[in-house]
Amino acid sequence: MWVQAYEYLLRHPDKILEWTLQHLYIILVANACAVVIGILVGIYISGKGREQLADTVIYMASIMMTIPSLALYGILMGILGALTLPSIGFLPVVIALTLYGLLPIIRNTYTAIREVDPAIIEAGRGMGMSESQILFKLKLPLAVPVIMAGLRQAIVMNIGIAAIGSYIGAGGLGQPIFRGIANYRVDLILVGAVFVSLLAIIVDIIMARVERLTTPKGLKVRGKTND
Amino acid sequence: MIKLENVTKVYQDGTKAVKDLSLEIEKGEFCIFLGPSGCGKTTSMKMINRLIPLTSGKIFVDGVDVMKLDPNELRRGIGYAIQNIGLFPHLTVMENIATVPMLQKWPKKKWRTRAAELLHLVGMDPGTFLDRYPSELSGGQQQRVGVARCLGADPPILLMDEPFGAIDPITRAKLQDEFLKIQSKIKKTIAFVTHDINEAIKMGDRIALLRQGELIQYSDPATLLNEPKNEFVRNFVGADRVLKGMRLYRARDVMQEPPLMFTEDENPSTVGEQMRQNMLNWAMLVDKKKRFLGWITYADLEKSASLREIMVEPAVTTSPETPLNEAISLMLNSAIGNLSVVDDEGHLLGVLTFEIIRNILSQESDDKKSDGGVKK
Repeated sequence: MWVQAYEYLLRHPDKILEWTLQHLYIILVANACAVVIGILVGIYISGKGREQLADTVIYMASIMMTIPSLALYGILMGILGALTLPSIGFLPVVIALTLYGLLPIIRNTYTAIREVDPAIIEAGRGMGMSESQILFKLKLPLAVPVIMAGLRQAIVMNIGIAAIGSYIGAGGLGQPIFRGIANYRVDLILVGAVFVSLLAIIVDIIMARVERLTTPKGLKVRGKTND
Repeated sequence: MIKLENVTKVYQDGTKAVKDLSLEIEKGEFCIFLGPSGCGKTTSMKMINRLIPLTSGKIFVDGVDVMKLDPNELRRGIGYAIQNIGLFPHLTVMENIATVPMLQKWPKKKWRTRAAELLHLVGMDPGTFLDRYPSELSGGQQQRVGVARCLGADPPILLMDEPFGAIDPITRAKLQDEFLKIQSKIKKTIAFVTHDINEAIKMGDRIALLRQGELIQYSDPATLLNEPKNEFVRNFVGADRVLKGMRLYRARDVMQEPPLMFTEDENPSTVGEQMRQNMLNWAMLVDKKKRFLGWITYADLEKSASLREIMVEPAVTTSPETPLNEAISLMLNSAIGNLSVVDDEGHLLGVLTFEIIRNILSQESDDKKSDGGVKK
């Protein structure tokens, strides 16, 4: 069957490329949404006196992740249908993946901001930085590496979940898998599975680089003290 | 320059951190807020730049009520340094020092020259350090950069919260000396928080001693030492300083000749007789070469055995070079309460007793009274 899968690959590279691009597109759109919403929510709940709210939000986001993706697609189809929006295909999948991607991003943003050394904040405030300057000049730059780690986690996780989106017509690398299941074509399933994994690995490697690149230089250098 | 008028701070949980505090810091004066932890010294200081809002009373900076100013503008005009330094780890030394110039929108070119100037002032080479990151600096260097940063936009006033607190004593002493030198040049008005009486006496022109939110005494260091207003001040100033002063003495400086010293073949009854005459209940036993063997107590003499048999072996001895504070802790561990001072070969050089320590302590406080006036 590996041979068959390989032959399929040779015969239909265009299809595989198409599925991969569809898959990537869904992932990128969903995670872009998740990053924007996640960071904003993370910043908001890290504010003073919002510990209770933060607990609730993070708890809800964790619950969200426990909902099986197939069920979530179903629920979204119902809701979108009621709103007379497209209830199958791209939109429900992107919404579902956005929801799944929120937890690691919200949680990491929240934790990273909360864990900025209070002495740094106090020094900034004591020298006359406004609250927004403290956020944009101190808290966020210091939180970036941790937020990026959350994003990386979200993307890699979503690459797997997105495959199931093909079931409700969103395309992507889930398509050969579902087609293979329906037609007893193990080679098709293999093609889908291998490419989903490959995509996840490659994106993970790229994100690891991005994570390093976005880490402020001062946080990377260590040692070299000389009195 | 800075004036606090009936300033009171009550926290939300009802704690009265500062009670009706009034004091004035003159232009160019180095004022220390001193006191035990929880005395309100840091709260008092932080109310000046409104990091902590005051409950009632007024604070004037340069004659202007601070509540009438925009808090961020106010803070940019006042240098601020804290114990944990709080350098921004993602910014270079240059960017750290230029924080306030940046906030005040100085032209970018001036950031670097100003930062270089200040690094030089705190004794660091600008060429080497301007583009380093805080994590590449030693603790002492970070403290220096912290000081340089609080001078960033050349503010007339500095608030410093134990700025030399988080470093080893040797580096701290060095930084204190350097900062005094800097201050003699730049003449800032400084409110400086510390719990360390030695630091307060060393650095301050005036010391505000607080306890439980109340100003107990506000005076120059000499007056604080010579004329403590009450028991609390005397205790706070006295106990701490005298004990630390012990470090300056070594065992050989203060040890005494042994008042009663016998060789082991001495007749016990003679020893007892001598002890009675001298009103001492202990004596020291040495061998023929004057090497220390042990202690004889009067109670043990009753046993009418030889001196060697009734002798108490010394648990500890000490060398003549031991600092007195260490010697005292050894004495507390010794059964007899006295400490023999011996050389490397065990020859008895002298003895330390609590009476000697007591004499030094009372001398110390007398000296302090007489030299306190010339301290500054």
